[in-house]
Amino acid sequence: MTGLTHLQRLEAESIHILREVVAETERPVMLYSVGKDSAVMLHLAKKAFFPARPPFPLLHVDTTWKFRAMYDLRNRAAEAAGMELIVHRNPEAEALGINPFDHGSRHTDMWKTEGLKQALTAGGYDAAFGGARRDEEKSRAKERVFSFRSAAHGWDPKAQRPELWNLYNSRIHKGESIRVFPLSNWTELDIWQYILQEGIEIVPLYFAAPRPTVERDGMLLMVDDDRFRLKPGEVPVERSIRFRTLGCYPLTGAVESEAATLSEVIQEMLLTTTSERQGRAIDHDQAASMEKKKREGYF
Amino acid sequence: MTAYQPDALIAADINAYLATHAAKSMLRFITCGSVDDGKSTLIGRLLYDSKTIFEDQLSQLEADSRRVGTQGANIDFALLVDGLAAEREQGITIDVAYRFFATEKRKFIVADTPGHEQYTRNMVTGASTADLAVILIDARKGVLTQTRRHSYLAHLVGIKEIVLAVNKMDLVGNDQSVFNAIVADYAAFARGIGIERFTAIPLSGLTGANVTTPSPDMPWYEGPPLLPHLETVAIDGDRAVAASFRMPVQWVNRPDLDFRGFAGLIASGRVSVGDRVRITPSGRTTSIARIVTYDGDRDQAIAGEAVTLVLAEEVDCSRGDVIAAAEDPPEVADQFVATIVWMADAPLVPGRSYSLKLGAQLVGATVQPPRHVVDVNSQEQRPADTLALNDIGLAEVYADRPIVFEPYAKGSTLGGFILIDRATNATVAAGMIDHALRRSQNVHWQSTVITREAHARQKGQSPKVLWFTGLSGSGKSTIANLVEQKLHAMGRHSFLLDGDNIRHGLNRDLDFSEAGRVENIRRVGEVAKLMADAGLIVLTAFISPFKAERDMVRALLPEGEFVEIFVDTPLAVAENRDVKGLYAKARAGEIAEFTGISSPYEAPERPEIHVDTTKETAEQAAARIVEHVLGVWSYDL
Repeated sequence: MTGLTHLQRLEAESIHILREVVAETERPVMLYSVGKDSAVMLHLAKKAFFPARPPFPLLHVDTTWKFRAMYDLRNRAAEAAGMELIVHRNPEAEALGINPFDHGSRHTDMWKTEGLKQALTAGGYDAAFGGARRDEEKSRAKERVFSFRSAAHGWDPKAQRPELWNLYNSRIHKGESIRVFPLSNWTELDIWQYILQEGIEIVPLYFAAPRPTVERDGMLLMVDDDRFRLKPGEVPVERSIRFRTLGCYPLTGAVESEAATLSEVIQEMLLTTTSERQGRAIDHDQAASMEKKKREGYF
Repeated sequence: MTAYQPDALIAADINAYLATHAAKSMLRFITCGSVDDGKSTLIGRLLYDSKTIFEDQLSQLEADSRRVGTQGANIDFALLVDGLAAEREQGITIDVAYRFFATEKRKFIVADTPGHEQYTRNMVTGASTADLAVILIDARKGVLTQTRRHSYLAHLVGIKEIVLAVNKMDLVGNDQSVFNAIVADYAAFARGIGIERFTAIPLSGLTGANVTTPSPDMPWYEGPPLLPHLETVAIDGDRAVAASFRMPVQWVNRPDLDFRGFAGLIASGRVSVGDRVRITPSGRTTSIARIVTYDGDRDQAIAGEAVTLVLAEEVDCSRGDVIAAAEDPPEVADQFVATIVWMADAPLVPGRSYSLKLGAQLVGATVQPPRHVVDVNSQEQRPADTLALNDIGLAEVYADRPIVFEPYAKGSTLGGFILIDRATNATVAAGMIDHALRRSQNVHWQSTVITREAHARQKGQSPKVLWFTGLSGSGKSTIANLVEQKLHAMGRHSFLLDGDNIRHGLNRDLDFSEAGRVENIRRVGEVAKLMADAGLIVLTAFISPFKAERDMVRALLPEGEFVEIFVDTPLAVAENRDVKGLYAKARAGEIAEFTGISSPYEAPERPEIHVDTTKETAEQAAARIVEHVLGVWSYDL
């Protein structure tokens, strides 16, 4: 036995990936969504380059509809890491007032997919770290650690480069870019276990607390600010809830829970019988929806 | 159908459960076989039985099974695994998909790769990070061409743990004799290609028999079911930690003028503060001042850890350099023989410059026309001018500057490389270094006034190395002695290097392990080369079981000077003679790694002279060798 646990092996692998990108690309950036996976990825970046600061900026593709607690942690985390924080909001979406109440899937398309492309193009980034994991969803199970995007940010699953051993080919033509997923081999439980082990700060919304909620289409939504449009007869009810995944607050379902500590959250997650992404509307359309979105440039 | 059932400890004592989970090890394995063998079904079954499938995934699966499944009203576990839409439509898996599951003891990462010949590259890719390979066989069909192909590839990539999963036992009535026949068949093949060990398990992915628990259907099978085996099999990490220290420098960490650290992932061995290290390729030595991590300085770090090293002195060191144990640094060379797996649609262009990435080194490199390619189905070698998609061949690789490396057998970090097409930036090949060529143009020699040609002229002969190879007791020394007597009588200047004699002196510090044997031959090769430089006709009588080392010696010498003489005596005959009583001892287990008994002998493929000792006497063979060699010489003289 090497004596290394699975978390030590995963951590070392991720650090190796982060360093390879910094050594081989010109303008790397880290996509920072403020979720728990982003928190772990940022923590790994601090480890990889210590005692230097991670030599790249954080990029938050904002939709203006995230939970307030996310904005709060985002600003503090970037400052604590001593990293530049770039916030991009799609000006077109902003001008059109695109929102999750009126625009359905256009909200995600314009703010996130288009917003991300704009931000990457504007910054001239040739490599962008993302926190996606292969265990999240079937099409991700086949995505490489270094995933290539055409100049139009498209993904061609059939033209992926073979990845052997821990050798990554980061060479690209001008205009092309790489999405790099240092957490590819982590599972949700690994992430939680690591957060616990390392004492990583995460958005308090992951822990149960009494919060104002409404029930809509079988989802429990949190009324995070006064932009939430209540339907006739809807009255926010205070429930003890927490979130398993975080996105735009009007689109993210909560679960009723009393789990107020990290180990209680992990306990509840392990005792639950549904998978993590069920709370997100994006995956429900059809089994191949994520693959379709990625071909179009969704992260 | 029941989905995920949580462990009782989770509800009872979550912290105790988490403590257990934190101490888990990790096993990465690859599954090889085709859809027809029930591979996807087996993986789906492992995920399902290890409680990794959630209710919503199960309901999705049930819906998909009805829509596109192949199991009628039943759940099609294969659908859990086949990911991309394009693949589902075609009903085949065309890429490498990674799956994750965990049990009480381990976390598992499964690389699922397609089985067809046209996806050889995908399998090699998946196998490159695997600790273990599960080779699937359909019990009704037995060992097929694809079984041999998958086993060969797994072995090629260096996987030491092989599981032969004999699937669909339910369809052959759980018959023990069917299983035994398949295992015997496979064992014969596996030995032939050099697989040292494998574990055979009879099971059924469809019914779940012997997947997680022993099956009452097969009471005759007493070994562990598949999952318990995967949970307990030793992970090949010991070797890496036990080996000499090497860390490729990935990145130089220089936040300010006061700090200069070298960041990397330790490839092998261990390193402690104060250790003497050598920076390769420059060769400068210094010592370790600090081992820096985010969690504080460390006294020691081991293979597999990502650290930042601070050196005691300001020595030149940058990305691509390898920090290594000062006393045992890796080799540095610019020409290699490597096994290359071609992964691009466009074939290899010999002589074209590709980018070669090995560790953190990136250099330009050309590939010579292959010495041969290996038929992945029959494992036979055939000549070829180039390498096409999915071809596996042995070729010389010339780098445009020296790189730090080790043979792939010692480790993938410094032995495995990729080739990148400079025009398309695509990864076109994976390579595994066998050994370096010693005729490197960039090595600078002290020139001597009396040249090797002058030495040879003075003796009136062309130097040769007559390399006798064969099993112990095959008659190498006997024939070599007769040859030397004849040469001596004819006034030729010769010298006989005998295996036993050399081991009493020059090589008395070497054991009979593979490493010891390699070093034995390397030194003998170097000595033979010096003697040939002095103008002598050198005769060597060594078992020299490994082709790589014989080839290495051949590469040391000018073209045509190395004469390989295969003294071919069947094992039974040599053992029967047993002049030195060694076979008896080996059979009694008193000698470990005895060639022919417990260690392989790789017969020469194209020896210059082939002596069949069952057909000619030692005297006849000696006469023929002298005639052959003098016949060649007569043109020189």
